[in-house]
Amino acid sequence: MTRTSQVRERLLARIAAYRELVRAQVRGQAQYRMSFAVDLAGSVAFGVLDIVTVFVLFRVSPSLAGFSFPEVFLMTALASCAFAVADLLVGNVERLRVYVRTGLLDAVLVRPLGALTQLVAMDVAPRRVGRAVFGAAILMVAAMQAQLALTPARAALLVGAPIAGAVIFSAVFVATATVSFWWIEAGEFGNALTYGGHDFTAYPISIYGALLRRLFAYGLGFAFVAYYPALALLDRADPLGAPAALGYASPLIAAVAAGAAALMWRTGIRHYRSTGS
Amino acid sequence: MAAGGSSPSRGDLRLLGAYVALAVAGFRRYATYRQAMLAAIFTNTVFGFLRAAVMFAVVGAGAAAGYDEPRLATFVWAGQGLIGVVLLWAPTELADRIRTGDVIADLLRPVDLVWQQLAADLGRAALAVLTRFIGPMAVGALAFTLHAPRRPATYALFACSMLLATAVCFGCRFLVNAAAYWLLDARGPQVAWTLASGVLGGLYFPLWFLPRAAALAIVLATPFPSVIQLPLDILVERGSTSAQVALLAVQAGWAIAMLGLCRWVQRLGERKLVLQGG
Repeated sequence: MTRTSQVRERLLARIAAYRELVRAQVRGQAQYRMSFAVDLAGSVAFGVLDIVTVFVLFRVSPSLAGFSFPEVFLMTALASCAFAVADLLVGNVERLRVYVRTGLLDAVLVRPLGALTQLVAMDVAPRRVGRAVFGAAILMVAAMQAQLALTPARAALLVGAPIAGAVIFSAVFVATATVSFWWIEAGEFGNALTYGGHDFTAYPISIYGALLRRLFAYGLGFAFVAYYPALALLDRADPLGAPAALGYASPLIAAVAAGAAALMWRTGIRHYRSTGS
Repeated sequence: MAAGGSSPSRGDLRLLGAYVALAVAGFRRYATYRQAMLAAIFTNTVFGFLRAAVMFAVVGAGAAAGYDEPRLATFVWAGQGLIGVVLLWAPTELADRIRTGDVIADLLRPVDLVWQQLAADLGRAALAVLTRFIGPMAVGALAFTLHAPRRPATYALFACSMLLATAVCFGCRFLVNAAAYWLLDARGPQVAWTLASGVLGGLYFPLWFLPRAAALAIVLATPFPSVIQLPLDILVERGSTSAQVALLAVQAGWAIAMLGLCRWVQRLGERKLVLQGG
């Protein structure tokens, strides 16, 4: 066999292995059909609640820190869509905590597939697809509600911002889970950053105090999930004084976040392996 | 047991002693979960800052739906603390025991399962007041101007309210777990409970932000506001003393209803266990 055909064989075998993992999981899940339906409805319901909250808040006051309802609705929709997609992609990484504690991670590491990919594929949740689809639909509604003047650049941003946001959220998911490699019980603290991050990004960051902004919006990059993209889409000035086109930098921030998370993961796995488990 | 006589018999006193012992056991058990407690306090604190920011942005400098800024601050921070006291998130320990059959050991004891679990839960709640409530409240008090109770009666009313809220929440959590008698998977009831307790309990927004009729209907017709919303309304003194007492009465009604429902469901569940040959 030639070299290239060998490489191709190996690649095809790998893809087949991943596909079988996912397929087996989906089969197993579909057997609990009633439970699956409830799960799906529940997941979508959480997304609905985020939107309902914005409605109710604006029932009480016509503006939120100077932003109108369509503007905040757009931010919430961007945040929810990004979070739902991230949850779909890497939501299972929070199980790392359990795997490390019970030693199951060793079984994962023995296999000739990437540990992170296995973890993520190991418990495919079709319900998360429902929430992601709902997120995308709500984003469309929010964009129409805000009556965006869509130039080609803005249209690209409307599609790209949730993806970039999902990458940022995914990076935070993976990074907070990685702490389990060093400190097993620290996983619980990560919820404040992941779920808290979602709540943070759903509203204009100008409502938060300086310290909170510095940590979440800039330190973790959450401002680039919904706030700056929304400002760019709405062609609205930033009360904090940042340039209007900052929203277009989201993919860049997402790349940086992904790189940092990948580095943390590699270091974590190496540390776990080297401690003689 | 000897009939007649209004004085408690020896058996009754011993039974009460058993429940007190169970409560103390619950207290001591949760005292060992130090890491989980710290993580929970940390998470509640972060959410306290986030929610307070949103609430202030909505209210601005004035007031909304009967809440001014200090009241909203107290609402948010005491709410985060209260989550730990009532234990809003339902652990599925009992459901797992039902599924594996280990619950038989609990049923063989001479104490009723519902009161047994309630006693342990009250012990846990007592510890939570000292840890998961005080923690976020302290941070909130340092970082914000909270509404200090103006009427001395509020303290006593709030203490009673917390007790009733814990009982109502316990009842709901027990029912979520008791679904395991009939369902393979308690996930459905758990998801439904998390959703309902969150939105209808007043965690996403104070219920009074909704149209008055809707809010009133939810408060009276569902147990969820009795868990978080009503204790907080009592604490921030939203309304007169008679309003506070009225809210307490609603909570008491729901506590009795939920506990009664628990005992009924438990009896049905026991019968199902027996039918299955357990």
